[in-house]
Amino acid sequence: MEPGHSFATIGEKVSNIVLRRPISLGWVLGFLVMFSGMNMLLFALGYLFVKGTGIWGITIPIGWGFAIINFVWWIGIGHAGTLISAILCLLRQTWRNSINRFAEAMTLFAVACAGVFPLVHTGRPWLAYWMFPYPNTMNYWPQFRSPLIWDVFAVSTYFTISLVFWFVGLIPDFATMRDRAEHPLTRGVYGILAMGWRGSARHWHRYETAYLLLAGLATPLVLSVHTVVSFDFSISIVPGWHTTIFPPYFVAGAIYSGFAMVLCLAIPIRAIYGLEDFITMRHLENSGKVMLATGLIVAYGYGIEAFMGWYSGNKFDSFLLWNRLHGPYSFWYMSLLASNIVIPQLLWIKKFRTSTFWLWVISLVVLVGMWLERFIIIVVSLQRDFLNSSWGMYYPTKWDWMTYFGTIGMFLTAMWLFVRILPMVSISELRTLLPEAHVKETEEVAQ
Amino acid sequence: MNDASVYGLMAEFDSPQQLLDAAHEAHKAGYKKMDAYSPFPIEGLADAIGFHKNMVPFVTLVGGIIGGLSGYMLQYYVHVISYPVNVGGRPFHSWPSFIIVTFEMTILFAGLSAVFGMLALNGLPMPYHPVFNVPEFTKASESKFFLVVFASDPNYDAADTRAFLKGLAPRAISEVPA
Repeated sequence: MEPGHSFATIGEKVSNIVLRRPISLGWVLGFLVMFSGMNMLLFALGYLFVKGTGIWGITIPIGWGFAIINFVWWIGIGHAGTLISAILCLLRQTWRNSINRFAEAMTLFAVACAGVFPLVHTGRPWLAYWMFPYPNTMNYWPQFRSPLIWDVFAVSTYFTISLVFWFVGLIPDFATMRDRAEHPLTRGVYGILAMGWRGSARHWHRYETAYLLLAGLATPLVLSVHTVVSFDFSISIVPGWHTTIFPPYFVAGAIYSGFAMVLCLAIPIRAIYGLEDFITMRHLENSGKVMLATGLIVAYGYGIEAFMGWYSGNKFDSFLLWNRLHGPYSFWYMSLLASNIVIPQLLWIKKFRTSTFWLWVISLVVLVGMWLERFIIIVVSLQRDFLNSSWGMYYPTKWDWMTYFGTIGMFLTAMWLFVRILPMVSISELRTLLPEAHVKETEEVAQ
Repeated sequence: MNDASVYGLMAEFDSPQQLLDAAHEAHKAGYKKMDAYSPFPIEGLADAIGFHKNMVPFVTLVGGIIGGLSGYMLQYYVHVISYPVNVGGRPFHSWPSFIIVTFEMTILFAGLSAVFGMLALNGLPMPYHPVFNVPEFTKASESKFFLVVFASDPNYDAADTRAFLKGLAPRAISEVPA
């Protein structure tokens, strides 16, 4: 945090964005654009429910198209939020206090977008509750040996825990909002959300314990979620999917794309809302470093995939490698290598890491690259498997694109509302960073 | 003795250090029923007002154990007792495939127990509380620090306690109506 702040100015500055700042024309226009994106999603899904998944480009052999690509992409983006809020909390990286709220919100919205896809991909989403174990008159139970059921549990747990983690973090800030609100209605709404929080020492003590425990629980959880997602692939026998590198490589890729999304949103938001004092260059630079590190793990994953294609001597695996490099999708594989491995190497240079413009551009490139990665993993592996009589091609339709861009609209609509409704930086946690917040036990009274 | 219409006496401080020292002093002076309020957690403050029983870790542990056991037992019941299906000749009790759901259920129950346990132990949600009757108390979520000695404390005496609090050099002292 930049110097010159006190306990009061932090609360003022953060809560005024919500409570005092008038709604600007830019916000309204942006909201309209994003909201129409979300309506495009509703339209595409409405048509899907009428017609069925035949409107998508999926065929045999490529039965997993955009729906699964986008699911993995979105859920990966969500991971950075939990990493920032849980893992960096356990590691006592106090710089996280400025960006955790915002990143957790991003996690929730990204997981919500991710959740749309497996649901509609079932073909008959109105029967999706069959995936949950409940006693029923059909005498039927879900198959717990299937990675798809593991996914149901992993993703729903992840969403629930992220939601309560976020909400717990918000409670003291709701109290600040309640006490600073002028309009009785606003005060009432924040008052209900604050649940009567009064900052009692007993409450804070239990609160901090619960928060730390949640961080400790969310840490293995976030690592498990993308591991379970990768099991959807690696438990199968498809060449390019059936590998042991998948879990760590998926988790690293998830954090990679997640930090890219954090930067992509944080850079414009801090400029628009004047939060440069709280989200400083150091935060952006650190996020750039995390991106560089996880990007290198991802690059290692690609290297191992290629190495195993050659070293295993398995002709299907080596053909997959050839097919990625020279097959019909080779242009996209090359773009993937360029955007996930080559371009992010610019982050080694401090000048790029400390330039908001370049960080923003590199983040966008990584987001596109990570989407391409999922495209390559899913489409190229399914496209040409064991029997060449069953080879095929995948062409996404306009409905695929509308659904995909529609979820981006839904995500940004939620973000748009979030910055105007909730304190987007954690007020109480920022206050603990001030030097005045640190107390020492004096000798005679501590006896 | 104690006036039933008074909840306690509230002293307002400017810094967390003053509040912590005041809490220590009050504890030393024999006050047991008091509470301190601050806009952010202060290390050692809960200790200073004599709060040591933190049940949140225990509740979380119990929640986690219940979640893990119920997750595993559910899968055992489904695949061994209620609806056994032969998948590629694997045993019905194929425990390695049950680990993931067990793990997720452990985390889910432990996390929800931590949150709802914390709220329940804190007595939240609580729409009304006497401390909110003091107008200055809105600053408790902003920049001021408060110590309240409850009228229910056996050592409480309207005049003596006020004099004691005055000795701690607060910004202001106010009576909290019940």
